[in-house]
Amino acid sequence: MALFSKQNKEVFCNPLNLDNPILIQVLGICSALAVTSQLKPAIVMGLAVTVITAFSNVIISLIRNTIPNRIRIVVQLVVVAALVTIVSQILKAFAYDVSVQLSVYVGLIITNCILMGRLEAFAMMNKPWPSFLDGVGNGLGYAMILVIVGAFREFFGRGSLLGFQIIPDACYDFGYVNNGMMTMPAMALILVGCVIWVHRAYFYKEK
Amino acid sequence: MKLNTNSNSYIIIYSAVLVVIVAFLLAFVYQALKPMQDANVALDVKKQILYSLNIRNLDGAEAEAKYAEVVKAEADMDGRKYYMCNIDGENVMVVALKGMGLWGGISGYIALHNRQQPTVYGVYFNHESETAGLGAEIKDSQAWQEKFIGKRVYDDNYDVALSVVKKVDDATTQVDCVTGATLTSNGVDAMLKDCLQDACSNAMELFSEQMKQCEQNSTENETKVEEE
Repeated sequence: MALFSKQNKEVFCNPLNLDNPILIQVLGICSALAVTSQLKPAIVMGLAVTVITAFSNVIISLIRNTIPNRIRIVVQLVVVAALVTIVSQILKAFAYDVSVQLSVYVGLIITNCILMGRLEAFAMMNKPWPSFLDGVGNGLGYAMILVIVGAFREFFGRGSLLGFQIIPDACYDFGYVNNGMMTMPAMALILVGCVIWVHRAYFYKEK
Repeated sequence: MKLNTNSNSYIIIYSAVLVVIVAFLLAFVYQALKPMQDANVALDVKKQILYSLNIRNLDGAEAEAKYAEVVKAEADMDGRKYYMCNIDGENVMVVALKGMGLWGGISGYIALHNRQQPTVYGVYFNHESETAGLGAEIKDSQAWQEKFIGKRVYDDNYDVALSVVKKVDDATTQVDCVTGATLTSNGVDAMLKDCLQDACSNAMELFSEQMKQCEQNSTENETKVEEE
């Protein structure tokens, strides 16, 4: 079987657009609202989820035939929890500031519906390689929305991107004011709603 | 032979093996990364102390260098940490604060100067789990922390007069609390009262040597300046 057969491409690309975990499945909203007040934590969170979905998918897919059916959810949880703990330890060691900013939300990746959803729906019945693609695809689909929302919120809420000031001081001198609303979690919900709206209007076609 | 993956013994052995493997893996990762995490935490403490001295926006190496330059001595007393600092020839004492907020612990550093009448030089607060946008403002809002600057710490009886209140009667000692975060502000208030009560006398005891040295140096400098 070719590594990038048509089927595998679909497995990878679908979650980016037509079957996006946030836009279509509406999973993982809670963390999407919490970590997107700035771009940097949004990117790190997106990457963390991508890595964890990809590897938990691969691991579960590798051992899928040995998992006793009655405790499969427990086994999935143990694998996910182990990966999440490792990722949070690595963040603490190499990106301390970001891990402080993300605080509990790294740990809460364990309860992110996207992970359990993909493990149950895909990894339990597919080979490792498609499972890996599916995990990366879903993670990136999630990260994509986080980055869009995070960029909007940081730009309008703080006038900067990734901590660098974008809106020049001259604008502030003319009376431009950062929109404090953008830094509140409620605005993230509204922005996600707008993104879903645009997506439905231009990209999504009912089957 | 095909394994019966639904038998009880298989399930028990399977879960036991899985858990042991995961436990070893996590223990290994934890051990391997511990030194780096500790270094990060130590650097974070140094940065917080510098924040309380109104030195902000430094990255890792700069903060390390600045800390070494500014902080002259540190000491423990009754489980509290005190730091003796010197900024532009002036003695500044930093006291570590610990208290309770609304949902969890709060902590911070407060820098005091002027020995005759201790006055706030700067503050920095940190929290574990206060509400974002409300209680978390004690950490996030630099403007609120700057309100403390210049406030007198003790009243005439050497009780802590510095307080966080809803309605400011005495602008020399009181700070307006964070809107919508009364309980967290009360926590900050209690923390200040609790940690600062003996702070000055303790610090005098701990740092008397360094203070004398510093004062000698500065008086020498002054006389030199006068001579010139």
